[in-house]
Amino acid sequence: MVNYRHATEEQKELAMGARKILEKELLPKIAEYEEADGGLGQYPLDVHYKLAEAGYYAMNIPEEWGGLGFDIVTEGVIAEEMAKIDAGFTMGFHNCGSYFHFILDTKMSDEEKAKWAQRFLSGDARGSFCVTEAGAGSDAAAMRTTAVKDGDEWVINGTKCFISMAPVSNFFVVAAWTDKTKKVSEGVTFFLVEKERGVKIGKKENKMGLHLNETAEVIFEDVRVPADHVIGEEGKGFIISMQEISMEGRTLGATFALGIAQAALDYAIEYAKTRRQFGKRIIDQQGIGFKLADMQARTEACRSMIFEGLTCLRDGIPIGYLPNMIKMYTSDCTMQTTMDAVQVYGGYGYMKDYPVERLMRNAKIFQIFSGTNEIQHKNIMKAMAGRDPERK
Amino acid sequence: MNILVCVKQVPDTTEIKIDPVTNTLIRAGVPSIVNPFDGYALEVAVRLKEAVGGKVTVMSMGPEQAKAALKECLSVGADQAYLISDRAFGGSDTLATSYVLSVALKAVEEKERAPFDLIFCGKQAIDGDTGQVGPELAEHLGYAQITYASDVIMEDGMLQVKRESDEGYDYITAELPAVITIVKTPFEPRYATIRSKMAANKAVIPTLTAADMPIDTSRCGLKGSPTKVKKTYTPVREKHGIKIEGKPADEAARELVGLLSDAKIM
Ligand SMILES: Cc1cc2nc3c(=O)[nH]c(=O)nc-3n(C[C@H](O)[C@H](O)[C@H](O)COP(=O)(O)OP(=O)(O)OC[C@H]3O[C@@H](n4cnc5c(N)ncnc54)[C@H](O)[C@@H]3O)c2cc1C
Ligand SMILES: Cc1cc2nc3c(=O)[nH]c(=O)nc-3n(C[C@H](O)[C@H](O)[C@H](O)COP(=O)(O)OP(=O)(O)OC[C@H]3O[C@@H](n4cnc5c(N)ncnc54)[C@H](O)[C@@H]3O)c2cc1C
Repeated sequence: MVNYRHATEEQKELAMGARKILEKELLPKIAEYEEADGGLGQYPLDVHYKLAEAGYYAMNIPEEWGGLGFDIVTEGVIAEEMAKIDAGFTMGFHNCGSYFHFILDTKMSDEEKAKWAQRFLSGDARGSFCVTEAGAGSDAAAMRTTAVKDGDEWVINGTKCFISMAPVSNFFVVAAWTDKTKKVSEGVTFFLVEKERGVKIGKKENKMGLHLNETAEVIFEDVRVPADHVIGEEGKGFIISMQEISMEGRTLGATFALGIAQAALDYAIEYAKTRRQFGKRIIDQQGIGFKLADMQARTEACRSMIFEGLTCLRDGIPIGYLPNMIKMYTSDCTMQTTMDAVQVYGGYGYMKDYPVERLMRNAKIFQIFSGTNEIQHKNIMKAMAGRDPERK
Repeated sequence: MNILVCVKQVPDTTEIKIDPVTNTLIRAGVPSIVNPFDGYALEVAVRLKEAVGGKVTVMSMGPEQAKAALKECLSVGADQAYLISDRAFGGSDTLATSYVLSVALKAVEEKERAPFDLIFCGKQAIDGDTGQVGPELAEHLGYAQITYASDVIMEDGMLQVKRESDEGYDYITAELPAVITIVKTPFEPRYATIRSKMAANKAVIPTLTAADMPIDTSRCGLKGSPTKVKKTYTPVREKHGIKIEGKPADEAARELVGLLSDAKIM
């Protein structure tokens, strides 16, 4: 069931269509994919292609490039429904296919861009977004990756870490210093780098959760890309890209966490209605019933906030730091709600045989990536406080 | 080839629960779906169309809501749809239903100016489970009928049908026109795509009423239904069967064979 009340009938139907495919193709095999590759987990490419065939991949590609040109609200409705089944898969599937706008921002010919559009629509083009490095997490400006101009080409050197979907991706959107004498807003440029240009994938991470979304190091050793692979303007890409990522990325990204929260709530309610202790259903024990009421209120609050944000983004209404609040609030609520769901399940909640254990492990990362929640606080705080007029 | 698939909208019985107090089905809030066997029939029809060319029409007798089921069919390969709906048809049993469908089929043929070469039905609807409408439809039409088919192909102008039976499979050939009822197929029906769903939502589905066809309304609906439902009840669950437990496999197997041969089953 689609929980967002304002969703149109068509949005609901498309969301349920994606869900139906995942229920059949993914749900019965989640545990298997979680444990695959020696326990590191695996992104199910077969499911990826099933959904891509049905048209769910790269849905934001504009119609003039052969895509569906879906708006961000529609994407959000579908993403929440998919994330109820598995947020790691959903995030991978969505993000990998969401980068066509970066292709449009390059200087490649329209003919090249049209080929890229087709590769996206078939499910073949899969991208990763590479900023983080070992010494540059929250402080992205501390990155060391460089790109040096050599004739008509750029030569990229550096190692990115914790890159989502890197083992599955075949192109990378990479942040690199192009002028180290300048500040980050003027000295960093984004590049489009195809894997076959010599990108190496390093160690695959062994994570707490999100096992269906593979994470790895990405290594660039004298990787050459043509000049038309610069995304946006040289030296200005960082601001443009980071803004776009933080606005749309954080708001839409929150729907993945929301899906986890709603799933945890749904499972917990169902369990609490059937589990009996002390001669009654545990949902009728106030300790549990009140907890469930809080879980539901929190989840509804997050959804209201997220879809307010998505609707404004769709309609071009400025929302300032709302995406930061959405990201931070939704991830905190989701963490709490999944912990509560485990609690409602009692000892069974701690077992891998029951779904809430995975939901709790998957929830944690949403407080960390895409800018930690402390960094969101910092940004909201700074925007709120403004400049101290007495400070020189 | 001009193919017709008859589909029924049914409650999703996997979602139906029984009221423990009244022992009746709780239908409230239960979603409606395309009868799964009709879904398989449609997939067989669409595959056949893809192989030899032609057109697939879906037809459903039911209330206005049944259009949702027809739209779903349009999103997974049907080319056009007709709803057959009239108050006079309400309460039809299998005989009346198959009669209405047979007349409606002729009306559609007339409208489209093209006779149907092949008519598919599901082997049964999961709500009534009678399995009678398909065979009765064939009788009304005077066409050949093949029931319980799991795959259908065309070869040299002849139908080649794989039919499921208790002993295995029968391979049957038949000439057109024919009525075929379909069981669960070895292949899964295709998924709707976003574009096919959106196109289906825009499709106009014509409704044919009693006034649109030369039909004898005394043979429709409750009046035309010799079947009378006297009582419905939930059967008491009885514990049948014997479980051989706690024995090693070879010993258990020997005991089982003994029991089966005593019962003259083996
Ligand atoms: C599973 C996973 C997937 C990821 N996917 C990607 C990806 O696809 N692409 C990508 O580029 N990166 C990705 N990352 C990296 C992620 O964005 C970083 O982990 C995150 O930005 C935090 O950086 P860090 O891990 O170095 O922590 P640090 O920056 O070292 O932070 C450690 C702690 O200090 C706090 N802290 C730091 N600075 C401040 C401050 N100024 N004020 C208050 N507190 C502060 C942080 O909030 C945090 O609690 C991923 C990470 C993970 C775990
Ligand atoms: C790893 C692990 C190790 C364990 N080891 C042992 C062991 O060595 N020996 C042993 O005997 N047991 C052991 N247990 C069992 C453990 O003690 C029980 O899981 C625990 O008592 C909860 O029971 P339950 O799982 O049946 O949950 P339930 O009793 O079904 O509880 C489900 C939820 O309902 C709540 N609830 C229940 N009744 C009420 C009420 N009246 N008012 C408010 N809320 C209520 C609970 O707090 C919980 O949140 C272990 C469990 C685990 C997971």
